Parts: sequence; structure tokens; C-alpha cells
Amino acid sequence: MRELTLTRHTEAIDPILHIWGWEIPVYLFLGGMVAGAMILLGYSFLTGRHRQRPCACSVLPALSLALLSAGMLALFLDLEHKLYVWRLYTTFELGSPMSWGSWILVLVYPALAAAFLVRPPAILRGAWPAFDRAAAWASGRGIRVIGAAQVALGVALGIYTGILLSSLGARPFWSSAILGPLFLFSGLSSAAALTHMVARDPEESRMFARADNAFLGVELLLIALFLIGLVQGPAAHREAAHLVLDGPFTAVFWVFVVGLGIVLPLVVQSLAVAHRIAHTPVAPLLVLAGGLALRFVIVYAGQYSHWTRL
Amino acid sequence: MARYGMVIDTRRCVGCMDCVVACKTENGVPDGASRDWIAQEATGTFPHLHLEIRTERCNHCDRPPCVSCCPTGASHVEDPGRVVIVTAGKCIGCKACIASCPYDARYVHPDGYVDKCTFCLHRVKEGLDPACVSVCPTRCMTFGDLDDPGSAASRLLQERRHHALLPEAGTDPRIWYLD
Repeated sequence: MRELTLTRHTEAIDPILHIWGWEIPVYLFLGGMVAGAMILLGYSFLTGRHRQRPCACSVLPALSLALLSAGMLALFLDLEHKLYVWRLYTTFELGSPMSWGSWILVLVYPALAAAFLVRPPAILRGAWPAFDRAAAWASGRGIRVIGAAQVALGVALGIYTGILLSSLGARPFWSSAILGPLFLFSGLSSAAALTHMVARDPEESRMFARADNAFLGVELLLIALFLIGLVQGPAAHREAAHLVLDGPFTAVFWVFVVGLGIVLPLVVQSLAVAHRIAHTPVAPLLVLAGGLALRFVIVYAGQYSHWTRL
Repeated sequence: MARYGMVIDTRRCVGCMDCVVACKTENGVPDGASRDWIAQEATGTFPHLHLEIRTERCNHCDRPPCVSCCPTGASHVEDPGRVVIVTAGKCIGCKACIASCPYDARYVHPDGYVDKCTFCLHRVKEGLDPACVSVCPTRCMTFGDLDDPGSAASRLLQERRHHALLPEAGTDPRIWYLD
């Protein structure tokens, strides 16, 4: 028997830590999706696909800016000391992934603005000579720099959120280096699903469905590795793994994240890619919902996990 | 340079909570929050049971994860004593430090910043003991410089068997409990 009684009952900490609500999973999902979109944009720019018309790369930068801003708003809403948010930018803390992230976000905005200039909307062309010159540079000599920046910053943005959680060693569920790549590939699959839906060219839509299938396959593999790592770890990590294997998060994890969020859309999109059934928004919508559910489960279960069994 | 720590005799602690009340009074800790608290841990199988009563607080770890994860430098190690402190004016309330602490020793102050035990550094700088230590009726707590082999705290660690909480978390805590 081991029974621990504390006289402490601090809100959001006892008996189970729950300091992060919906805001953090929503930011992680939107940030991850934008990271994936940047990598896909980089691919389009570096391979010359952006010259094709229509091209989803004309829509993605503005959409990404809007989604990232919504995610940043969620992040801001989570802060308890909101008026001090500027303090993030008075220092760079080398050991803090959150500090890295805040500076990465500063670079992501101009990079997405540059991507927007590659295929600006017709209504803006000819309005200002300086804008036209910048757009001409972006789609001409600057395209490789802009493409490389999208890929580099997309990878950094997609992976840092996972590293941020895994660096918080007090929560055994997050103690895995796999979280970085897992969030990166989940972001890529969400971005591919989003692009699949917004692409107006059927061929491009099919290409992103195929890419999404590959990303979903890798995501499944990474989830398996993540769970194997926890189960093979010390007692606290095994206890943490049980949260999604036979604990309070098991149903939502296997039904909404793995079943409806990865396996079902993978099957549906594989049939669509093989021309057995028509392409519909059902599979990409399931992928997006699954990506969001993954962030909720990871953030909530991580807070639930602890070094001691209270 | 000093390295402050605390040695707590679990055979003397009776869980009277004087330390908790003293801390709340000294530091104006808000209702519903605690910088220190009492833990009662019962282990074993009847009739071979063991009850340990102890006062707990921030462990002012030598490898504080709450400091390394802080994005603004609000959470930092301060001298004298290498005490882990939060500067309220730098804290944005992101709560990463709360998530990083294996002892759950931090909380969000109603004013928005994250707060925790300071070892009453304002008292220690004036040559006084932390408030919790100064009021303990059983004198179960000994505060001092762990790098000074002649300090009362160091001598207790040399003479008595002791343990730390959650050493497996790897943060090198500086609160020691005498068995």
C-alpha cells in the first residue's frame, strides 16, 4: 500500500495538473498545419509547380497567415500575465524551446508574406509599383530563397512544438523525442488535407491526396514508436502509456485520433487515388479533425501523467 | 558561493501546519494557493505500516527544469544561495514552468504571474531563517548552506540517513528528508 495525502489543493494543479486548456491544443494544431503548409509551399516553389495555373500555392500563404494568427490568438488567450507578452522579445533563452518558438514565429510571418508575393491576387496587381516590383522579384530571382525559407521555417515550426512538450521532463507522457517528428508529420498531413480541399485543379488535388496518404502512414508509424518507447521505459513512462492503452484517454485516442483521424481517411483516400471511389472532402475533414484530436489527447494526457502515483 | 538547502527531520514533523501558516503570513500567499504544504505518506502492509509526515515546498533543484524552460528568464537562479526565484515583472504566465516541475511546487498568483517558495530570501539576506523554519515548534527543519561542511544542515546530512523526493526525476533537489 502507498497512500499520499496532501494538505494542498491548488486550483488547476491538484489533484491532477490541468494548467493548459483548449487554447494550447488549438495553437499546436493550427501552428502544425501552417508548418506543413509552408513545407508544401516550399516544395511548389523549389520544383516550379507554382507556375501552373490554377495552383493552391496562390491561396495557401494568405490562408496560412490567417490560421497562424488564429493560433497565436489562442496562445495569447492562454497567457495568465497577458500584458507582459512583450517580455518574450526582450531576451533569447537558449535552453527554452518556447523562446525558440517565439522567435521562429517572428520569422514565419515575413516568410509567409514573401510567399504571398509569389502569386498575389489579381486585385492587388498594378495597384502600387513597389508591390509589383516585390512580386516580380518573389516569383523570379527570389523564388529559391523564398522556397528554402518556407521549408526551413516550416520544419522548425512543426518540430519545435513537440520538442517543447518533450523538454518538460516532469510529465512522463511527453518524455519522448518522437513528439517532434510526430507533430511535424501530423502537421504535414493536416496541411496536405487542407490543400486537397482548396486546390481547384483535380490533378493537384489528387497529388496532395497521395502525399497525405504517405504522411498519414508515417504518422501511424511514429505513433507506434512513441507508444513502444513509453511502454519500454521506466515505471512512470509505462504508467503514462497506460493513459492511452487502458486509461481515461484510451477511447478518444483510438477512436478519434487513430481510427477516424488516420486509418479511415487513409483507406478512403487510397480508394480515391486508385479511382475506385470519387474524391470528396470527407477524408480530408477527418484528417483535420484527427490532427486536432491528437493535440488534445497529447496535451491533456501529458498533464495527467506524473512521476508519482497519486 | 553558498548553496542553500533544507534538511527536514521526518521523525520530528507532526504535520501541525505552523510552517504553512507562517509562510502564508510572511509572503502574503493568496487563498487557495500554497508555497509549502504537509504530506502524509503511508506505506507497507498491515501490520507493518510506516507513516511519514513531512513539510514540502519547492526543492530549489540544482538542475531546475523550471528555469531552463522559461522563455523570458523570469524563472532564474539567484544568489546568495542559488535559490530559484520568479521575477513577477518578467513572467508572462505561460505556465511551462508549472508543467516542468515534478513537485508541482508552483502556482499561478491571482495577479497573473507564477509564484513559489523563495526560501524567504528577503529574511535570509538579513541573517534570519525562512519563516517556516523559524516557527516550527518541533524544530524539524534546518536551513543552511549545503556547500559548507560545517553548517548545521550539512552536519545532519553527514550524520543521518536521508532521502530526497523523486530523485528519479533527475533535477537534483536540495530538500533532504531525514529517515
